Amino acid sequence: MKKITALLLIYSCSITFTYAQKYVTRTGSISFFSEAPLENIEAYNNQVSGIVDLETGGMAFTVLMKAFIFEKALMQEHFNEKYVESHKYPKATFKGNIMDFDSFQPGSEQEEIKVSGKLTIHGITKEVTVNGTLKKDTNGNLEGKSVFNINLQDYEIKVPSAVRKNIADNIEIKVNMLYEEM
Amino acid sequence: MKKCKTLLLTGILIVFGFNSSKAQEDLLELLNAREDSVRDYTIATFKTTRLVSGHSVETNAKGVLNFMIGHRFGAVNTGWRDFWGLDNATVRLGFDYGITDQINIGIGRSSYQKTFDGTLKWKFLRQQTGYKNIPITATAVGAVYLNSTEWSNPDRDNLFSSRLAYHYALLLARKFGDAVSMQLMPTVVHRNLVPTKEDNNTIVSIGAGTSIKVTNSLRFNAEYYFIPDGQIASDIGGLKVRNSLSIGVDLETGGHVFQLHLTNSRGMTEKYLVGENTGSWGKGDIHFGFNVSRVFTLKKSKEFRNNNL
Repeated sequence: MKKITALLLIYSCSITFTYAQKYVTRTGSISFFSEAPLENIEAYNNQVSGIVDLETGGMAFTVLMKAFIFEKALMQEHFNEKYVESHKYPKATFKGNIMDFDSFQPGSEQEEIKVSGKLTIHGITKEVTVNGTLKKDTNGNLEGKSVFNINLQDYEIKVPSAVRKNIADNIEIKVNMLYEEM
Repeated sequence: MKKCKTLLLTGILIVFGFNSSKAQEDLLELLNAREDSVRDYTIATFKTTRLVSGHSVETNAKGVLNFMIGHRFGAVNTGWRDFWGLDNATVRLGFDYGITDQINIGIGRSSYQKTFDGTLKWKFLRQQTGYKNIPITATAVGAVYLNSTEWSNPDRDNLFSSRLAYHYALLLARKFGDAVSMQLMPTVVHRNLVPTKEDNNTIVSIGAGTSIKVTNSLRFNAEYYFIPDGQIASDIGGLKVRNSLSIGVDLETGGHVFQLHLTNSRGMTEKYLVGENTGSWGKGDIHFGFNVSRVFTLKKSKEFRNNNL
């Protein structure tokens, strides 16, 4: 009987331990910005799902393309219908790892991190490495931030020549996540 | 027996332990599993608020003003002296505005019969999947028309109400996949004044339309209004009233949509399409026409302005 109790105890400890290491959110924000001669276009999405595993350094995001909100309704329609083709590729995803993770535990100070992994947009997957920061806030939540750029051509998002002056090739992406313990 | 139990428990724990470490590995799957199903609205069933001349189920988003210029030239069978119809055009200018994403108001003025029109349009059902499955988009349209031409018989006791006509339509549309949209539009047109007793004041009609995506910025459209027999007795200008049939294309360039079409109808409102059209495709009463629509975002989304990007 003692054996069982001991086993259970060890097991339950290990459960709490591994679970405490995962941080998740469904209300993360991603915004993007396109700067072009004729107009600037920005959009934001406050329904980003994300997860960070502090045991392994693993990270993942899923982004619903139709949840991006634009200043103009027509831009939103064109974005979904013509550029990212949301009906075919409803989500963008990222799956990767924090680099040099062994030497790192987030504290109350903002720490610079590098994350590398597979970014999938418009059905095209590319290996990317981006810079970001991670910190624990006073409530014990995890704050992750990043700013990076992508090229539309890399993801085979075609811009017709008629609107080339309206849409930049290089898009700045801002990620702002507040994860809670899972 | 006790040993057995311990063994069993250990076994169960090991299996469970393995499972949980396995689940850790695919974080994306873990995220997907946690997600609620969301409403996935079908977008761009049609490119603009008009199919050709009649309404489509589409409405302008909140705060968006749509300026439309519609043009229908004369019939091509008028020959070279009228330059195959180009000398002789009718025009409609119109504004539609989005009070909400689903409710629009509009005003317009057609040169044909110097008619003013006012429209109220409500998209009350949106095609969607995910959280809810709704197979169609449904929009109700009501319009009032004011004919401002001088009375043809000024000596008679003419009533203001005789200038008015109305139309009500229920638009039902479905987008099949990514490329093909179909629409049905049961339509009722009521004229306060009709030429004879034999003419119904209220004409019942059923319309059908389609839009087929050819490329990202090119679509093919068609629109037909069928009027069951026995409702209209009088000819107009010596010609029989006929069903309206139009075919056309949408060309989209950024904020503009250009619609080019061939039609047997010179008017650009339902009141004309149902009960006033006398053109016949068979006889060559074919009119070239176009609509240009340009949207202006007058009010930006509040949500957008409040968001800290």
